[in-house]
Amino acid sequence: MEKVYSKPRLLTDAVMHYCPGCSHGTIHKIVAEVIAELGIESSTIGVSPVGCSVFAYKYIDIDWIQAAHGRACAVASAVKRLEPEKMVFTYQGDGDLSAIGTGETIHACNRGENIAVIYVNNAIYGMTGGQMAPTTLVGMKTSTSPGGREVNIHGYPFKVADMVAQLEGVCYVTRQSVHTPASVRKAKKAIRLAFENALAGKGLSFVEVVSSCNSGWKMSPVGANEWMEQNMFPFYKLGDIKV
Amino acid sequence: MEDLKLIKGNEAVALAAIRSGCDGYFGYPITPQSEILETLMELRPWETTGMVVLQAESEVASINMVYGGASTGKRVMTSSSSPGISLMAEGISYIAGAGLPCLIVNVQRGGPGLGTIQPSQADYWQAVKGGAHGDFRMIVLAPASVQEMYDFVFDGFDLAFKYRVPVMMLSDGIIGQMMEKVAMGRERPRWSADELGDWCVGVGKNNIITSLELDPQVMEGRNLALQRTYNEIEDNEVRYEEVNTDDAEYVIVAFGSSARIASEAVELARRDGMKVGLLRPITLWPFPYKRLRQLAGSVKRFLVAELNAGQMVEDVRLAVDGCVPVDHCGRMGGMIFSPEDIYEQLKGHGKGI
Ligand SMILES: Cc1ncc(C[n+]2csc(CCOP(=O)(O)OP(=O)(O)O)c2C)c(N)n1
Repeated sequence: MEKVYSKPRLLTDAVMHYCPGCSHGTIHKIVAEVIAELGIESSTIGVSPVGCSVFAYKYIDIDWIQAAHGRACAVASAVKRLEPEKMVFTYQGDGDLSAIGTGETIHACNRGENIAVIYVNNAIYGMTGGQMAPTTLVGMKTSTSPGGREVNIHGYPFKVADMVAQLEGVCYVTRQSVHTPASVRKAKKAIRLAFENALAGKGLSFVEVVSSCNSGWKMSPVGANEWMEQNMFPFYKLGDIKV
Repeated sequence: MEDLKLIKGNEAVALAAIRSGCDGYFGYPITPQSEILETLMELRPWETTGMVVLQAESEVASINMVYGGASTGKRVMTSSSSPGISLMAEGISYIAGAGLPCLIVNVQRGGPGLGTIQPSQADYWQAVKGGAHGDFRMIVLAPASVQEMYDFVFDGFDLAFKYRVPVMMLSDGIIGQMMEKVAMGRERPRWSADELGDWCVGVGKNNIITSLELDPQVMEGRNLALQRTYNEIEDNEVRYEEVNTDDAEYVIVAFGSSARIASEAVELARRDGMKVGLLRPITLWPFPYKRLRQLAGSVKRFLVAELNAGQMVEDVRLAVDGCVPVDHCGRMGGMIFSPEDIYEQLKGHGKGI
């Protein structure tokens, strides 16, 4: 029989703790594939966040540093400067990157650190049980915006990718998704380009992956994807923002 | 000929960083320690030893850069002053929890809050009692001279790597800003790639640096391992200096800049025939409890002189355990006591605070 699919070489045998339907697993898989395809598994250092993907280090078999909540870009900046030959990337959620870690993120971008940032935006704090994030859509219900996000109380959803695209140190900004096989292929290409840019010393590459969090959103996996297409994509428009 | 330089304490730290084979410095400006970053930027060590120097956007970023840098198994450090150290608390706890070595220099100023840019020793508790969440310790070295600010960079890195713990140099605005002669004899290169440990990232071993563990039993095990390390440090690394304690009836206990003033108080007292000695803890943690306990058997009274409202005095009282009285002489807010103030207090005429 012809083998049409195999688990990426760098994914460990550990059972992923993610909820069924969660985007993190798919994104881990394409990150693992990109690292393997570039043949850089022995020289890649990942920085994991505090958030649902805190345990990314259990699933992709490379060097990892688990960073304090929001500080992955500061951690990665130092690692890259001390290990300039290595591939250094961060993997962060939207709470981690765009709330508590805004400062570290923007300054790493502005310094043009030669790293890749993978930004998983599910518009909610998944790990802590579905609280509102800066990225939560207007009207979206979360445990800390039970009546839906109200602009006059909470302000507006935060488009970090558009913001960092303004910074000179950033060479590549794109917004992707992983909810269909075609989108997975595109997201993988984007992550590969981000890694290649970092290795070539072109500056910081920022790949946002608009994601679903069905448990946080209190929906079925399929329902969450539909909701994402109808509500997230019109606001967080997919495609390249800066190339 | 010996290589002597007349420099500020803060400059000594910068020079020592370069000459001790430090790989990376990450810091944010704050008085009274900005000369450390300024000197490094002036000297451009990245062009000579290859040492990385980076001005971070905040002390939160600095300490997390140190966390990342330490994860590569290299010698990395930061420096700041009191409010900046407070911002670093979470990061220091992560460094301790992940078992990482690093050097943190605190050139103290007065608090609380924005306080004052004048010198103080009010961060003693913060330094020696953890200063952040979780059961952890830092080795704390207290320099009393510019020479020691130079030397303790070397010693700090050695201790940090011997035990894989964060080490803090707890200096203050007096020693950071004052100029003294420094013997610059010590020098060593940065480590080459094959001198690095095998526990860190970047050495091709797929290592994981983390302080996280959700299984309580395993997490307790990690805590116990840390505690064993701390016990070993307590057994082996206590450092202190004594002056005239052999026949002393009274002993002043003071660290850092206060110890310099206290040693003059000892001279005043000796001139009057009063048998006074000085014990200067050099490591504030591990603290010389045992030696103080021994001295408690022969002295009549201790006086703790420190530029705060009474912090180290609690550790001296713990050591002495009620055997003899332990008094305190302190100033705050950037004010400094004179040798006479301490002497008066010792004779029992001081005002105290
Ligand atoms: C200093 C600090 N504050 C708060 C937390 C609690 N916390 C853990 S994860 C998290 C939010 C994670 O959300 P996000 O980054 O969006 O990632 P997701 O879990 O959705 O993937 C928070 C607030 C923490 N661990 N540390």
